[in-house]
Amino acid sequence: MKANVTITLKKGVLDPQGKAIEHALGGLGFDGVNEVRQGKLIEIDLEGDDVDAAQAQIEAMCAKLLANPVIEDYAISIIE
Amino acid sequence: MRAAIIVFPGTNREKDIADALERASGVRPSFVWHRDTELPDLDLIVVPGGFSYGDYLRCGAMAGNSPVMRVVAERAAKGVRILGVCNGFQVLTETGLLPGALMQNAGLKFLCKQVGLRVERDDTLFSSAMTKGDVIHVPVAHNEGNYFADDDTLARLEDTGRVLFRYAEADGSVTETANINGSRNNIAGILNDAGTVLGMMPHPENATDPSQRRIDGTGLFKSVVESLQ
Repeated sequence: MKANVTITLKKGVLDPQGKAIEHALGGLGFDGVNEVRQGKLIEIDLEGDDVDAAQAQIEAMCAKLLANPVIEDYAISIIE
Repeated sequence: MRAAIIVFPGTNREKDIADALERASGVRPSFVWHRDTELPDLDLIVVPGGFSYGDYLRCGAMAGNSPVMRVVAERAAKGVRILGVCNGFQVLTETGLLPGALMQNAGLKFLCKQVGLRVERDDTLFSSAMTKGDVIHVPVAHNEGNYFADDDTLARLEDTGRVLFRYAEADGSVTETANINGSRNNIAGILNDAGTVLGMMPHPENATDPSQRRIDGTGLFKSVVESLQ
């Protein structure tokens, strides 16, 4: 089973890299960009096919290692 | 004084810290490799600077979850002094020994320069040989030193006097321009509740060699050594 974990900075936490991208896009003439936030994507390939168990296991991984709850949010999507 | 310095793959300031401690105490600290899970009896554990595990995932995240840090946390709970410098500060926040997190510098640049730090307290285990309000000048060398904590945590830190160092001008004023990396409240170093754990981004150990122009980092090591005698 494959899952994607998307980790982003929490709302309200300044994201200087996102800001730099936002400015660069403006400089390239891409108008109408309200905000850019940069995050990271972690792809995980798990044994078994129990979606609930996989979800629970990845939640635990996020809490323990993959994300820092002080500054980051995460979203899990089981993709196959 | 029995001191040990934790060494992870990618740590690079361990010898500088060892030299600084040896100058202050006359005793050479021991080095502990990250795979070790048994520590001797110790008075002080140092988590030094560098790029542990290549800063993969997040700075300090891998090291913070390593077996040796579980043992360090157990010792911290027993009151053993812990000092985390630079990457070591990042590791201590990742283990939960100190609150908050270190984010990328607001200016998006690696900073390697001398900075002014205002000493906020001189009644702690780490600062008794310094003078409150004085500004010491020591180097920084980091890309992720931007201290962040949520409003409640920040208020708790401030209300309980746990901010030990702030980025400041030479005259002691705490300004936006002195805040090199965008840290909240210009925070450069904080203590835990008990005052036994200190994490700081600047490198006091790199301002202790008499051949250097300034040795302002000496006071911190003198304080630690004196408090353990």
